[in-house]
Amino acid sequence: MQFFIFLIVSIILVVASILVIVQRNPVVSALFLIAALCAQAILYLLLNATFLAVIQIIVYAGAIMVLFLFVIMLLNLRKDEFGFEKRKAQRFFGILFAILLLVELGVVIKIGLSKIPSTEFSLDPDFGGVQSIGKALFTDYLLPFELTSVLLLVAMVGAIVLAKKKL
Amino acid sequence: MLTVVIIALIKVAVVLVVLLLMIAYLTWLERKLLAHFQVRLGPMRVGPHGLLQPIADGLKLLFKEDVTPSGVNKVIYTLAPILSFVPAFMVFAVIPFGDKIFLFGRSIDLVISDFNMGILYIFAVASLGVYGIVLAGWSSNNKYSLLGGLRSSAQMVSYEVSLGLSVIGVLMLSESLSLVDIVRSQDTIFNWYIFRQPLGFIIFLICAIAETNRLPFDLPEADNELVAGYYTEYSSMKFAMFYLGEYANMINASAIATTLFLGGWQGPWLPPVVWFFLKLFTFLFLFIWLRATLPRFRYDQLMRFGWGILLPLALLNIFITGIVMVW
Repeated sequence: MQFFIFLIVSIILVVASILVIVQRNPVVSALFLIAALCAQAILYLLLNATFLAVIQIIVYAGAIMVLFLFVIMLLNLRKDEFGFEKRKAQRFFGILFAILLLVELGVVIKIGLSKIPSTEFSLDPDFGGVQSIGKALFTDYLLPFELTSVLLLVAMVGAIVLAKKKL
Repeated sequence: MLTVVIIALIKVAVVLVVLLLMIAYLTWLERKLLAHFQVRLGPMRVGPHGLLQPIADGLKLLFKEDVTPSGVNKVIYTLAPILSFVPAFMVFAVIPFGDKIFLFGRSIDLVISDFNMGILYIFAVASLGVYGIVLAGWSSNNKYSLLGGLRSSAQMVSYEVSLGLSVIGVLMLSESLSLVDIVRSQDTIFNWYIFRQPLGFIIFLICAIAETNRLPFDLPEADNELVAGYYTEYSSMKFAMFYLGEYANMINASAIATTLFLGGWQGPWLPPVVWFFLKLFTFLFLFIWLRATLPRFRYDQLMRFGWGILLPLALLNIFITGIVMVW
């Protein structure tokens, strides 16, 4: 049962992700990205990470993508304004980084495969719940957590300064 | 296993039917109440006191011609009403509308699913409801629709933040995210969060009205500026779906407010389900009353109010709650 759900959701995720980059219409592209994010949330659910799944939908699918759509609609780009002319350097770097990414993925998968325990292991009943994640964030991972929020704040201030010349 | 599935399906069916009926008669109630607020009679012709009016309206909408204007993005144009309709009906899955009842020798919880993150689920589903409106505005190939869609996305995203923060006080006091537990923690009237979280309640109520696009926050539709906003171009069943979604959202907001702040189904003498619906209708009445009383915000006022007043107040509420709890 779980495997079937995993299979269906994964296919949806992969197809939607491909459609995100293949589509010419930015709004349709954004819609497929939302679909992909929702499929990813279901994968998190299958992994017992309930909190992560719900937050994924609230933050990414519900808030960030709305702002994306907002910007796309405001700009209302026409096809000829897109600048689809292919530059040589662009193509070169594209291929280079694609190869780098594939190598990296291969290495990660190879390391990951060796770490999978061969026997069934039992999960903590609160795994992925609010309490356990909250505790982890505010004790073991306090510094990275706070640093990330500072980083986000800096990015926000930067965006405001760039957008508004006169404050 | 099978009986569990069957019970769940029956619950879903009952909730859906009751919700649809409530929406139908909410339109009647709104027209009636508005009429009486304005010293009119409202619908009187179809059935006694216009009681059959919702059915007549529904049939009319069903048989109307479905017009698709030229130059629209057909797929998205059709998808938009569905996207605004479906999330509105998904919210009720976690709202407890009564205590356990005993039927045919087994105890049945009167909630479709006691998900341990019920309140987060509601926010997740509700945050997806924006897409229907935004996409309707964009795909209609009409400037009024587009303006309505843009306004609504800005409004809903802004007020969602304060809405989420206003609830945190309740979650801190009840120490749970499950709506069933939250209701159980309000066992006496003094434990109702409307008394323990008055500021949170007011912020929640204002944000909920803004999220449902009701007056005084109905800027996405603003008839005199935007014709009808994002659904200007829609007709027939697609139009009806937006309406269903909007009224379902009104019922959802009332149900969430009841559950979080008014003790849900708890109350003396009367059966729990009756209490739940009484409290629900108090909020629905308030929604309609506000519509009849208040004029619409201006757009810049709306934004300044949301970010400048409600958000700091919601943060202050969390801060005060924390201090009181630690004391």
